[in-house]
Amino acid sequence: MTNHDEIFERVAEQIEPFNKKGIDVSNATTFAGDLEWDSLTVMDFVAAIEDEFDILITMNMQAEIETVGQLVDTIAKLRATA
Amino acid sequence: MPDAIDTPEDTSLADLPNPAGAHDLLSKFKPLIREREDLLATGVRDPFSIVMTEVKSPTLAVIQGKDTILLGTYNYMGMTFDPDVVAAGKKALDEFGAGTTGSRVLNGTYQGHRECEDALKEFYGTKSAIVFSTGYQANLGVISTLAGKGDYIILDADSHASIYDGCWLGNAEIVRFRHNSVEDLDKRLGRLPKEAGKLVVLEGVYSMFGDIAPLPEMVAVAKKHGAMILCDEAHGMGFFGPNGRGVYEELGCEDDIDFVVGTFSKSVGTVGGFCVSNHPDFEVLRLVCRPYIFTASLPPSVVATAATSIRKLMHAGDKRAHLWKNSKRLHQGLRDLGYTIATETAQSAIIAVMLPDQEAAVGLWQALLEGGLYVNLARPPATPAGTYLLRCSLCAEHSDEQVGQILAIFAAAGRAVGCIA
Repeated sequence: MTNHDEIFERVAEQIEPFNKKGIDVSNATTFAGDLEWDSLTVMDFVAAIEDEFDILITMNMQAEIETVGQLVDTIAKLRATA
Repeated sequence: MPDAIDTPEDTSLADLPNPAGAHDLLSKFKPLIREREDLLATGVRDPFSIVMTEVKSPTLAVIQGKDTILLGTYNYMGMTFDPDVVAAGKKALDEFGAGTTGSRVLNGTYQGHRECEDALKEFYGTKSAIVFSTGYQANLGVISTLAGKGDYIILDADSHASIYDGCWLGNAEIVRFRHNSVEDLDKRLGRLPKEAGKLVVLEGVYSMFGDIAPLPEMVAVAKKHGAMILCDEAHGMGFFGPNGRGVYEELGCEDDIDFVVGTFSKSVGTVGGFCVSNHPDFEVLRLVCRPYIFTASLPPSVVATAATSIRKLMHAGDKRAHLWKNSKRLHQGLRDLGYTIATETAQSAIIAVMLPDQEAAVGLWQALLEGGLYVNLARPPATPAGTYLLRCSLCAEHSDEQVGQILAIFAAAGRAVGCIA
């Protein structure tokens, strides 16, 4: 299992409680378009991810993240520099 | 992923031919335009285009020819019609003219601006006070200037739009924590680089639900991690604390808050914003803060009314007591009628009635207006957690009789639209 896959699985787990439409999550899944999350859901989800990985994803970074794959890459990068 | 801004409401052009074709920059607002049209098609009044044709007192205005009790103005201390305040404004208008036509750092600082800052220093017991043209600009300017590139701003998720906008105007990294959660704040501060500059931004009273912040606990956590603290007391000034300075005074945090931001458009009863501080280098902001420099200063009449009002608020203990009495009575009365209120007890002069959806909220809002009562309608994205609120803010000038009338109107309107039994 690669680093990316391992992070992806943990991210997917965190997405589940917020995945109201029950869509299949892949690297290409978008938060706004596919999951249809509003800013409040995003806030709760980001807090959950931050606690899961013990990292901080600033709002500046969040503005650049559109897909699950991009989030996984960001987490990988943050963990590498931690 | 931005949020927390009020949406513009204006006449619809949704069905007219699109003037700019595929490149119409306004086309992204079509869903909002349609939502509003659908709402108005049900026959309700537009909650965002009320006009007051006559204002008789801080608590009474004429709306569509009808005397209406005002319960959504943030005019907490009722200073708008105070005879001394009005007289000071008239005198300044006569002596200094209608406006300054200039920036504070060029030709826009008059005697009155200096006196207004002196009044603030005395009111807050601080070394420095800087007056801005609005409260929005005070947050915009102070936050964006204090926290620069490489610094971190840590803010409550339910922060006011002016705080968010202040963050975006600057170059700092922005981190937010769950509303009023001391543990969440502690965790996030703990994950930041130790050597980085940090500004924690808090509010004394959060204006949507009217709840107050656990400031002593939050201040302790912020200090532990070496952060400076800014506290916005827009809704706390005037009636919290022995001197009316705000929630931070009431809760004993005066020595630990580095910057207090406030506004003249609530308890003070006019318009304008400010920041007060004891930091020895605070005055440098006048030279580097863009929202302070690149705009015209407040008109002489406005700073004169503000200074007079601030000085009177220092000795407004009786008014504060009456405002608390009004707030507690309305909170309990609405609960007794069967309404759901955002806070368990009256924590401030804001009492927020929670409604399940937009239809219920607008329906009750309109029934109240027809009954002669104006309250604020608040909806997402301005509200937390997607809630629909009828926000009531009390005034020290509401008489006991008026509070009784308000409760009677809420009883009749709620039953008429089926919100309460």
